[in-house]
Amino acid sequence: MRFVDEFREPELISKTAEEICRIAGEERHYRMMEVCGGHTHAIYRFGLKDILPENIELIHGPGCPVCVLPMGRIDDGLSIAKDPNVVFAAFGDMMRVPGTQGSPLEHKARGMDVRIVYSPSDALKLARLNPEKHVMFFAIGFETTAPSTALTMMRAKAEGIRNFSVFCNHVTIIPAIRAILDSPDMRLDAFIGPGHVSTVIGCRPYEWIAQNERKPIVVSGFEPLDMLQSIVMLLRQLRAGEAKVENQYKRVVPWEGNRAALKAMAEVFQLRPYFEWRGLGFISQSALSINDKYAEFDAEQRFDVPGIRVTDPKAAQCGEVLKGVLKPHQCKLFGRECTPEHPIGALMVSSEGSCAAYHNYEHRKAVMVSLSSIA
Amino acid sequence: MCLAIPGRIVEISADNQDSALVDVVGVRRRIDLGLLHDDKPVPGDWVLIHVGFAMSRISEQDAADQMSTLRMLGEIEGAMQEVQGYGLEHAEVVIEAAAESDRSKAKVN
Repeated sequence: MRFVDEFREPELISKTAEEICRIAGEERHYRMMEVCGGHTHAIYRFGLKDILPENIELIHGPGCPVCVLPMGRIDDGLSIAKDPNVVFAAFGDMMRVPGTQGSPLEHKARGMDVRIVYSPSDALKLARLNPEKHVMFFAIGFETTAPSTALTMMRAKAEGIRNFSVFCNHVTIIPAIRAILDSPDMRLDAFIGPGHVSTVIGCRPYEWIAQNERKPIVVSGFEPLDMLQSIVMLLRQLRAGEAKVENQYKRVVPWEGNRAALKAMAEVFQLRPYFEWRGLGFISQSALSINDKYAEFDAEQRFDVPGIRVTDPKAAQCGEVLKGVLKPHQCKLFGRECTPEHPIGALMVSSEGSCAAYHNYEHRKAVMVSLSSIA
Repeated sequence: MCLAIPGRIVEISADNQDSALVDVVGVRRRIDLGLLHDDKPVPGDWVLIHVGFAMSRISEQDAADQMSTLRMLGEIEGAMQEVQGYGLEHAEVVIEAAAESDRSKAKVN
């Protein structure tokens, strides 16, 4: 409980933690998956595991878009930008993600025109500022970022901009949850639902999880108190034998989602028949591509894309970690060949990946403890 | 990328209702309001910003809470870097200023 004092409302947090212990009891084990990478990061950073009783196990889900992107897609995007006329624009999170021939940053060091942008609209700005170049935005993200890419393309079309395209890697969260629930080696009791994805899609899309799969799901905020309250709500449902969708993050997430954002997505995107997820394999209708109306802004239609498929290094067990079958430190490469400084698997690249989060907080803590015991 | 950064609307462009200037702890940048058509914010309102787009309207208290969460997560620096658009906003200001000075020179001539 040593972290509690640093939080806002420490008393309320202590009370909620006591409530969790009381409801959870000792006789059974609870396995809860936090779907969103932002939650994974927060759980490690806040040391929530030190607050929770041992019989509540948090499993880290697939909700880190950088982590689930197969290496072949990075190679494909970078191969387009080998053309000196093409600017490769992407979010900062993408820059250190390894492709077969190195990360976007390493390609930049070798002379490729690689730019970090904060927003797809900044990539469009680059296109306006560099009319002699073609700016390709390497788009990643779940429903949180997909509407912004969509609206940017709508703006590009309205303005008649010709030197801008999107290499679309947007994925959707529901099919990934379905794949995890269908996976035979996965046993879960409940879900902590993603916060920011739900500002767009709302809470209705999760209803099948409760109704058909009989698993409770609570959409949660990111503060320590939010997550602890969500765990209380899940425990109450589990103890009562209920399975409902509940919204703990009401101050930001409307039940019906954001209609304007969903409309923008429907205007520009269509569902891909299938898409490969790192660690999870091919999942049908789990990603978005650009529809015919916006074909001129689709990098995959404008350029030759090699369609590279790269299998992950055999020793890396990203898939098992991603599905929660293995803990990060149980992977053979963890902390040895694969570290945040030299990532092999994508879960080690992003601060929202469970391996990087585990390495940065848990692993360091364990090392400190063993060092202090030596001293 | 997945960070949600709170900002306060300073002004909405007169010529483009979907473009607003926001203040994020003292740093100003333009954001897009196009995804808040159903819940149009006005100057003084707080919004949660994702990759340059306002995604939801929030209360001042929620904005303060979100900022403290980012601080606790050690993400403030990254968030501010993102808000500043990795220098792109600055580049655009310089270009706009240059264009403005060209225009005024043209007028003088």
